Amino acid sequence: MAFYVVQFLTGLASAASLFLVASGLSIIFGVTRIVNFAHGAFYMIGAYIAFTLTERLSGAVGFWGAIVLAALAVALIGVLVEMVLLRRIYHAPELFQLLATFGLTLMVEDLVVLIWGPDDLVGRRAPGFRGAIDFFGQNIPSYDLFLIVLSPVVLGILWLLFQRTRWGVLVRAATQDRDMVAALGVNQKWLFTSVFAVGVFLAALGGALQIPRDAVHHAMDLRIIVEVFVVVVIGGLGSIVGAFVAAVLVSELNAFGILIFPKISIILVFLVMAVVLIVRPWGLFGKPEAAARKTPGLTVNPWRPLTSNERLAALAALVVAATLPLFAGNYALTVGSEIAIFVIFAVSLHFLMSVGGLASFGHAAYFGLGAYGIAFLAKMAGLPMIVCLLLGPLLGCMGAAVFGFFAVQLSGVYFAMLTLAFAQIVWSIAFQWVSVTGGDNGILGVWPEKWAASPSNFYWLALGVAALVTIALRAMVFSPFGYALRATRDSLLRSEAVGINAKRIQWTAFVIAGTTAGIGGALFAYLKGSVFPDNLGISLSVDALVMVLLGGVETVSGAVIGAIVYKALNIWLVSQTDLSKLVLGGFIVLIVVVFPKGIVGMLEMLAQRRRKASPPGSPLIAKPIESAE
Amino acid sequence: MSVAPPLLAVEGLTKSYGGIHAVRGVSFSLRSGEILALIGPNGAGKSTCFDMLNGQNKPDSGHVRLLGEEITGKKPREVWRMGVGRTFQITATFATMTVRENVQVALISHGKQLFNLFGSAPNFDRGEAGRLLELVGMGGYADRPCGELAYGDLKRLELAVALANQPRLLLMDEPTAGMAPRERVDLMRLTAQIAREKSIGVLFTEHDMDVVFEHADRIIVLNRGTLIAEGSPAEVRSNPQVQAVYLGEGLLYDAEHREGASA
Repeated sequence: MAFYVVQFLTGLASAASLFLVASGLSIIFGVTRIVNFAHGAFYMIGAYIAFTLTERLSGAVGFWGAIVLAALAVALIGVLVEMVLLRRIYHAPELFQLLATFGLTLMVEDLVVLIWGPDDLVGRRAPGFRGAIDFFGQNIPSYDLFLIVLSPVVLGILWLLFQRTRWGVLVRAATQDRDMVAALGVNQKWLFTSVFAVGVFLAALGGALQIPRDAVHHAMDLRIIVEVFVVVVIGGLGSIVGAFVAAVLVSELNAFGILIFPKISIILVFLVMAVVLIVRPWGLFGKPEAAARKTPGLTVNPWRPLTSNERLAALAALVVAATLPLFAGNYALTVGSEIAIFVIFAVSLHFLMSVGGLASFGHAAYFGLGAYGIAFLAKMAGLPMIVCLLLGPLLGCMGAAVFGFFAVQLSGVYFAMLTLAFAQIVWSIAFQWVSVTGGDNGILGVWPEKWAASPSNFYWLALGVAALVTIALRAMVFSPFGYALRATRDSLLRSEAVGINAKRIQWTAFVIAGTTAGIGGALFAYLKGSVFPDNLGISLSVDALVMVLLGGVETVSGAVIGAIVYKALNIWLVSQTDLSKLVLGGFIVLIVVVFPKGIVGMLEMLAQRRRKASPPGSPLIAKPIESAE
Repeated sequence: MSVAPPLLAVEGLTKSYGGIHAVRGVSFSLRSGEILALIGPNGAGKSTCFDMLNGQNKPDSGHVRLLGEEITGKKPREVWRMGVGRTFQITATFATMTVRENVQVALISHGKQLFNLFGSAPNFDRGEAGRLLELVGMGGYADRPCGELAYGDLKRLELAVALANQPRLLLMDEPTAGMAPRERVDLMRLTAQIAREKSIGVLFTEHDMDVVFEHADRIIVLNRGTLIAEGSPAEVRSNPQVQAVYLGEGLLYDAEHREGASA
C-alpha cells in the first residue's frame, strides 16, 4: 500500500513542472491565439540557465535566487522573441504561427548544444530539500514534497493575479475579445508582450525547478512539449485550472501506467485523451472554440485542372527526370530516389493540409508506419517485394484510420497538437517495444529484390510511383470528393447545410493521405535498407510541413516543387554543416515571415500580375445598384 | 376525415437556456408554395426557433414534421436530404471556390457522389449549375472566386445553392439583412417567383417590415418566446398585440396582461 502512495506522490511531484509549462502555454494562447510551440524550448533554456547559475551562486539564497533569476532571464528572451518575431505573425494563419515557433525550437536545440555541449548535465540538489522522508519503509525525496506543495500555490497566485489585478482583468477581457479591448484604448502591443513574458516565465520556472530531479539535456524540449500538448488537449486550451487538473491526471497516469504496461506506458495516457476527446472535444475545462479565422487572401487564383499545354510540360519534366540514370552516378541516383520519395510524402501531406485544411504536425507517423510495415513483411513474413510494396502501406492506412478518426473531431490548433501527440505515441512505441521493433537499433537488412536493386532501377521505380501518386492525388483534387473536401475546409456550416458529412469526408482524406505517406515510407525502407524510429519522428513531420509550405500551401501541386528544392537543399546542408537544425530553423522562420506564399505561390502571383495588365473580362459588380432614395 | 399533412407542421416547440425560456410552445404550419414570415422584436426567439427547424439546434420538447415525417432531432445534413434548403443570416459559402463550384458542391451532394474519388468535378452537372445560376441572375458570375463577390450577390448565390437539391421547403434567416433597399426588393421578388413556380414553401425571418408586408402570404409574430399573432399581412398589421410589441412600452404592458389573463 505504502508503495502505491509513494508512486502517487511521485506522480504529483512530476505534475508540477508540467502544470507550470502548460499553464504558461494556455495563458499565451488565451490572449494571443498563438500555440507557442517554442514553449518547450523556453522550458529547456530555463533549465540550462538555472544549471549554470546554480553552479556559480553558492548557498541556499544563491540556489533559489538562481532559479528565479533563470526564469526572469528567459522571460526577457521571450519578450525579445515576441517583439521581433511574433508581432509580425499575429495575423498570419495558425499553421504559420505554429511553424515559426517550431523553427525557433529547432534553432534553440542547436544553440544549447553549442553553448552547453551535448552531454547531460546533472545539477545541484536543492538546499534544504536534499534528504528523503521515510514513509512506511519507502523513501520520498523531500524535494518532491516541495514540488507537490508548489503547484497549488502557483495556481493560487495565478488566480489572484487574474482576478485581483488590473492587468489580470485586461488579460481576461482580451481572452474573450481582444478587438474590443483594443477598441477601448488598451495598448494591445504591451498587453501581448507582458502576457507572453508571464507565460515564458512559467515555462522557464518549470524547467529550472526540474534540475534537482532530472539531468538537463538538449532533447527535453520535445519531450515536455508533447506532454504539454496532451495536457492542454485534455484540460482545455486557455484554462489554467484545466491545465492543473490535466497535469495531475497525466502525471498520475504515467506513474501508474509504468506499473501496468511497463514498456508502453504512454498508451494509457492516449486512451484517456481519446475518451476525453470523444466526450468533450474542447477539453475538460475548455470552451468550444469559435471557427478559426480564415486565411486572408486565400483565393487569389481559383484552382483549375492543368491545361493540355501544362500537361505536356509536366510530362516533359518527367521524361527529363527519367533520363537521369543515363548520365548521373550512383550517389546522384540515390539522392534522386530519396527526393522522389519525399515528393510522395509531401504531396500526401499537401492533400490533407491544403485541400482539406487539416495541418497535421505528425504526418511522419504514417510514413514511418509504411516503412515498418515493409520491415515486418519482408523480414518476418519473408514476402516478395511486390507484395510487400502493396501491403506495407496498409499499416500507414490503418494507423491513419485509427488516429484520423479522433483527429478529425477537432480542427485548427487542436488538430495540429493532436496529430503531433499521436505521432509521438507511435514513435514511443517503435522506440520502446524493442522485442518487436528493435527499438533504437531499428530493423536492418530490408533490401530490394534484384530487379529493383540497382540504383538506376530503384530510381525509376521511385520516380514512377511518385509520378503516379502525384497524378492520382491531383485527380482527386478535381474529383467530386475533392470538391467536397474543399467545401468542408471553406465552411463547415455550409457543407453540413448541403448534406455533407464533413467529419467523414475529412476522415477519408486523412486515410488517403496516411496511406499515400505509407507508400513513400515503404519505398524509403527499401532505399535505406533499414527502418528506425526516426522514420516517424517529429523532425520528419516538420520536414513535410516545410516542403508543403515552401512550395506554397495555396497551390494545387506546389508540394512537388517544395519537396525537390527542400530535400536537395537539406541533403546538401547536412553535408556542409553540423548546425543543420539552426540553419533549418532560421530558414523556416524566414519563409513564414517574408515568403509566406511559397515558391509556386510566388510564381503564380507574378503571372497573375502580368495578366492583370490586360483589362479583365467583365467588371466585378456588373449590375448597377440604384439608390432607393 | 383524412387530410394530407401540411408541408411543415410545428407543434409545441420549446427551448430554454438555463432559466430563460427562449421559445415556449410555438405551433404553426406551412403549405407548399406559401410564403410565411416569422417576425418579432430582437430577442423574441426567432433565431432559436429557426435553428430548431433544420436541426442546427435541438428543442427541449415539441415536434417538427415535414409532410408528416418527423425531423426533430435530425442533423442539418439529414434535414437537407429530406428537401429543406437553408440560407444563413450571415452568408456561409465556400470562399476559395468559384461561384459555379459552390453550386456544384451542392449538386454533387444531391447526386450522392461525395465519395467519388476519380470523376471529374469541373464537368459535374455543369448544365444544371448554369441553370440555377441563371435562375438567380448570377449566370455571368460563374467563374468568379466566391470570395470576391459583393454581399448581395453572395445572398443570391446562397439561394442558388439552397435550390440545388430541388427543395420542398426553403428556410431563409434574414435573407435581406445587410443589403441595399433595391437589392432587398429584387431578392424577395425573385424568391417569391421561384417559390410559386416550383411550389416551394418558404419560411423567412425579417426585420424589414416593408419586405415582410409586401412579400409574405401569411405572417406569424413571436414575442418573448411565444406566438402572439398569426394571419394575413392586413390582419397582423391591425392586431393590437402586435402593434403593442412594435410600438411601445405602455401598450406592451397592457398586452401582456391580457395575454396572461387568457392563458
